[in-house]
Amino acid sequence: MAEARAPTLDRPELPELDQESISLGMWIFLASEVMFFGALFAAYIIYRNAYPQVFAEASRHLNVWIGGVNTGLLLTSSLTVALAVNAAQLGKRKLLIAFLLLTIVLGLIFLGLKGLEYSQEFEENLFPGRNFIYPGPEPEKARLFFSLYFTMTGLHALHMLAGLLTFSIIVLLAWRKKITQENYISVELAGLFWHFVDIVWIFLFPLLYLIGRT
Amino acid sequence: MSTIALDRYRQNYLNISYTAKSWLLSTDHKRIGILYMISITLFFFLGGIAAVLFRLELLTPQADLVKAETYNKLFTLHGVIMVWFFLIPSIPSVLGNFLIPLMIGAREVAFPRLNLVSWYLFMLGGLFTFVVLITGGVDTGWTFYTPYSSSFSNSAVVATIFGVFITGFSSIFTGLNFIVTIHKLRAPGMKWSRLPLFIWSHYATSLILVLATPVLAITLGLIAIERVFGVGIFDPALGGDPVLFEHFFWFYSHPAVYIMILPGMGVTSEIIAAFTRRRIFGYTFVAMASLAIAIIGFLVWGHHIFVGGQSAYASAVFSGLSYMVAIPSAVKVFNWTATLYKGSISFDTPMLYALGFIWLFTIGGLTGLFVASLAIDVHVHDTYFVIAHFHYIMVGASVMAYLGGIHYWWPKLSGRMYPEGWGRAAALLIFFGFNLTFFPQFLLGYMGMPRRYHVYAEEFQVLNVMSTAGASILAVGYLLPLAYLLWSLRTGSIAIASPWGASGLEWQTGSPPPMENFEEIPIVTEEAYTYRPESS
Repeated sequence: MAEARAPTLDRPELPELDQESISLGMWIFLASEVMFFGALFAAYIIYRNAYPQVFAEASRHLNVWIGGVNTGLLLTSSLTVALAVNAAQLGKRKLLIAFLLLTIVLGLIFLGLKGLEYSQEFEENLFPGRNFIYPGPEPEKARLFFSLYFTMTGLHALHMLAGLLTFSIIVLLAWRKKITQENYISVELAGLFWHFVDIVWIFLFPLLYLIGRT
Repeated sequence: MSTIALDRYRQNYLNISYTAKSWLLSTDHKRIGILYMISITLFFFLGGIAAVLFRLELLTPQADLVKAETYNKLFTLHGVIMVWFFLIPSIPSVLGNFLIPLMIGAREVAFPRLNLVSWYLFMLGGLFTFVVLITGGVDTGWTFYTPYSSSFSNSAVVATIFGVFITGFSSIFTGLNFIVTIHKLRAPGMKWSRLPLFIWSHYATSLILVLATPVLAITLGLIAIERVFGVGIFDPALGGDPVLFEHFFWFYSHPAVYIMILPGMGVTSEIIAAFTRRRIFGYTFVAMASLAIAIIGFLVWGHHIFVGGQSAYASAVFSGLSYMVAIPSAVKVFNWTATLYKGSISFDTPMLYALGFIWLFTIGGLTGLFVASLAIDVHVHDTYFVIAHFHYIMVGASVMAYLGGIHYWWPKLSGRMYPEGWGRAAALLIFFGFNLTFFPQFLLGYMGMPRRYHVYAEEFQVLNVMSTAGASILAVGYLLPLAYLLWSLRTGSIAIASPWGASGLEWQTGSPPPMENFEEIPIVTEEAYTYRPESS
């Protein structure tokens, strides 16, 4: 009855969600993200099928070395995230912070290199804005390739930024001893997100950089 | 139980606090449902005003009220507001939010704070879009077809897209919340086979919300990129393909139609069971039909592109798949009808709405088969036939179900009874007004009147006058519930816990429910819709 409860909006008896529910929520969100990127991949595949030569030729204007190094960096960062999750599970706070910082550094190097690559492409007038100049044949169709390239890698970079921001917050919380073995779930969720971002890149790299180099 | 329910001073979710902060920062699923109800009612009447204006314009064949550009902006405003800011959130965000935890015996949704964030995203996107539509306006139609939207339109396309984009996140988070809630927070004994059909249909809806909305987001994003940077992803002059846009757009927007209708089917199932006092005939089939509609609904988008330059082979496949959606839809209609057979039927307001739903959904669904067949679609494409068809589903059926649900659960939402006489009168008025508005449009379309023009040939005038007359009746019909439901908040008689004697956990707690929904989490021991004695 009413007397038994103080009339308050704070309800400490809210369901304590088990970790399974929380990660189910994350997986559903990732399914949503797959559809988000999926549409872009579909657009890419359709246009590549329509203009295979132009896309192959345009792809050779990308810097495969930076792309390759970045792939290595991102894969390594997935390893460090997995190790961070493990450290959080075991309650090893310092190890957790160390691995997360390592991940953040790897991510920042990736974004730095990506920025360098973008600036090179801007200088070569490959950005499909108003100053777009393409030396090869069929520049309009090549421009489609670069539109998709900048959209896809740009969205990927935004997702990385979100991941890095989350990791920074977790590092801060861990520093203040707010992350414990019992609530390590936030580390795991951020890790899941990071692995997803990683997998997107695993598809982006061959499709955008390697496909014209056979 | 009844002594508790009759105690009007009992603590409940409404009287626990009256401050603005306690509403605007509430993570209570019931309060968030009410916030959505107020917001979408606002959007409904804003979108409705646009409809009134263009129906007035269509009273005569000449242009007398608005210019062509204004007319374009009016129907775009109507479409954008009604689709994204009324229909999609209508039943899921209001009744779904309020009822899903109550129906499965939970105290909350899985992620209460995310739920509140969803409402803020919805309001942010909605108000932003509305300001854009009022100040600048968009003339592309709610479908944003390229290359018009990407290369030619001079209206505020990017800003509108941005508003819709933000609101998409609200959809995704709501769907996510519902799926996890239904999976993880069911009361002890609430097996999947015991879930009310309202829950099944919301589960199916949530799957679509989560999987289709992101595709819309990226598609609209590509238009924005195209407009801002001048690239040609959908521009044929630059190597792009405008039909690709149509594929992407309808990959979301066709399933979105099922986002609008599936929750209505859930509401109808609840009402039919309560007012026939029978278990829904073929419960399992009705539940599975919701999932089948959601799944097949993802595979039919190409039927919007029969005349858009799609290959004949693809069109034939999409046509066949579209026919397949009719099977689970018909399963539902037949099973509702079979439930009526030998039921103890009472014609209270919610039941009138539910029967209206079945009637209008059947007409809308059958004419859907017309437009899904390749040859007839060529004839009626882009005519008022299509307008009438989808309004029968989206307005006729969905809004009927929404209003039916609002009346059925009004005692639970507000703790008061609505005036029954007024309720029945409004339900009949809406049914009549709706048919008078939209049935003539089937004829107009079949005779060849194209959609989206503010002037038309002389011979179409009689039917257009009928349609406009119907729209005025419909407008009165929609204003009536707004008036008497508000009135009932002060003067309606106090509702008991279960005024309809219906089954379902939501009726086993007080009206309105206490903040924590149930004093003790119920234990479920029987199937949904167990009415005793079972009618012969």
